[in-house]
Amino acid sequence: MKRLGKHAIFYAALLGSWSLLAALKIWPPYLFPTPKGVMEALYAGFQDHSFWIAIVVSMRRVVIGYAISVVAGTVLGLGVASNEFLEETMGGLLVSLQSLPSICWWPLALLWFGLNQNAILFVVFMGSLLSVTMAMEDGRKQMPKIYAMAGRNLGAHGFRLFWYVLLPASLPFIVSGLKQGWAFAWRSLITAEMLYMSLGLGQVLMMGRELNDMSQVIAVMILIIAIGYVVDGLVFKTIERRLQHQWGLTSAT
Amino acid sequence: MTPNVVPQPSFPDQRSLDHRSPARSGATRPKAILSPIRQRDVNGTPKVWLKNISLSYRVDNGTRLLALDNINLKVKPGEFLCIVGPSGCGKSTLLHLIAGLHQPSSGSLLVDDHKVGAPGTDRILIFQELGLFPWLKVGENVEFGMKMKGLSKAEREERVQYYLRLVHLSQFKDSYTHQLSGGMRQRVALARALATEPDVLLMDEPFAALDAQTRDLLHDELERIWAETGRTVIFVTHNVREAVRLGDRVAVLTFRPGRLKREYSVDLPRPRHLEDVTVAKSAREILDDLREEINKSLEEQYGLEAAR
Ligand SMILES: Nc1ncnc2c1ncn2[C@@H]1O[C@H](COP(=O)(O)OP(=O)(O)O)[C@@H](O)[C@H]1O
Ligand SMILES: [Mg+2]
Repeated sequence: MKRLGKHAIFYAALLGSWSLLAALKIWPPYLFPTPKGVMEALYAGFQDHSFWIAIVVSMRRVVIGYAISVVAGTVLGLGVASNEFLEETMGGLLVSLQSLPSICWWPLALLWFGLNQNAILFVVFMGSLLSVTMAMEDGRKQMPKIYAMAGRNLGAHGFRLFWYVLLPASLPFIVSGLKQGWAFAWRSLITAEMLYMSLGLGQVLMMGRELNDMSQVIAVMILIIAIGYVVDGLVFKTIERRLQHQWGLTSAT
Repeated sequence: MTPNVVPQPSFPDQRSLDHRSPARSGATRPKAILSPIRQRDVNGTPKVWLKNISLSYRVDNGTRLLALDNINLKVKPGEFLCIVGPSGCGKSTLLHLIAGLHQPSSGSLLVDDHKVGAPGTDRILIFQELGLFPWLKVGENVEFGMKMKGLSKAEREERVQYYLRLVHLSQFKDSYTHQLSGGMRQRVALARALATEPDVLLMDEPFAALDAQTRDLLHDELERIWAETGRTVIFVTHNVREAVRLGDRVAVLTFRPGRLKREYSVDLPRPRHLEDVTVAKSAREILDDLREEINKSLEEQYGLEAAR
């Protein structure tokens, strides 16, 4: 309750100063939109369904791209963690690749996949692949060895050992990496969508720019933040809370 | 030497297991749904046979640490064997090896006269650290081994109930393991191991971290379960008195490298109690034998010359 109060005060102050600045009319409204203008843009966007369509298209893409990267990252991460040669060679490469913004893959993606949705998916995939891979690698190493031994002792081996023991045992150690991967996927998607007109939130944002409608630009930015926040709260916080309940961790990692 | 404790450098002769009487029964003992496995002991084939087993670990700096040195040990079907030794002498290593989780550097492990080198559900180990799965509920933990064995859902349900009742944890079927006390977790591990119905139960210092009351209770439970089901138990401890309390036979391991120092046959009537004078007396004798090894381990750990 106290936290809620603090939040209310903070956001009221933020909104208040924004309204005040806009009311002073230092800058023209097309450069510095009012909160009211943004609200209207949001309302209009949902009213004519263009925001709904953009959200559905973007979510579909990010879910597909992220899902592929989770599967590939799991295989890659576990491979790196369990093979000394791969760990020494590819491990270093993965770390250095992290400094590369995933949008740098865009030109190659265009060349390989053509100017279509697959190019966007590829950028999303590359955006989260590294985080997921490194999370898996870390998780596999941090996971106490006792669980694998206990699983083998009780008759699990091969895929069943992986599925019933190694995966759940490493989940607390990989969930933060999975979350980070999600954030990267989401960012990469919006970036790619801004470069290529193909529906989606990124395009709606760029459309606002072309129409010189800064209210729409800010409205879409708010949507992008909100969706990131909701997914984090609904999906990852739920997983973390569940893990906390099962493992009895004092704080989710 | 008292008549109770007989040093046995060689494999003991075929002693009958008739001295074994059921331990004090619990108030509500579940009716057995499973027929106890009466072990084949006709031709004297050992249940577990360690033949010239040595095992060395690769240590970080490239050298090798000899953990087990030429161990020769036969365990009879249905026998309760206790292994004692100072900490670090290779007790856990030995159990892991019998469980098939470690491979010997040389020598061979025979179970029912067959050479084995991999884990098998005929030998279940209760780890020193337990290794319960925190992401599974208590009931699901107990179910795990049976699920891996491919038992039907209905059969698994029935056995989970049976074994949870056996260790008095029926009400905790849907709890997570972190919600239980140490003694309860210990019992979950016991139920999980028993539920897979192994011929050989391997226990690694299972009661070391428990308070005295809980430990006494679990001693009784374990003795009863063993007497009822006729399983072979190999029980590792650093507590000699506990070994005498439980075992038909006590084997003493030396410290670094782990060798079999001596074996004692414990011919005290059951049920026994930890406080029994006879138990204490026998334990003291074994402890005298063990002291030298304990001192070696203390010196290693703390550099105590005073330990001498
Ligand atoms: N995985 C391992 N790698 C290297 N050395 C080990 C490993 N496990 C145990 N050791 C060493 O082997 C010796 C025996 O260990 P252990 O079997 O755990 O002894 P105990 O159970 O009797 O305390 C110890 O000196 C220990 O440090
Ligand atoms: Mg040990």
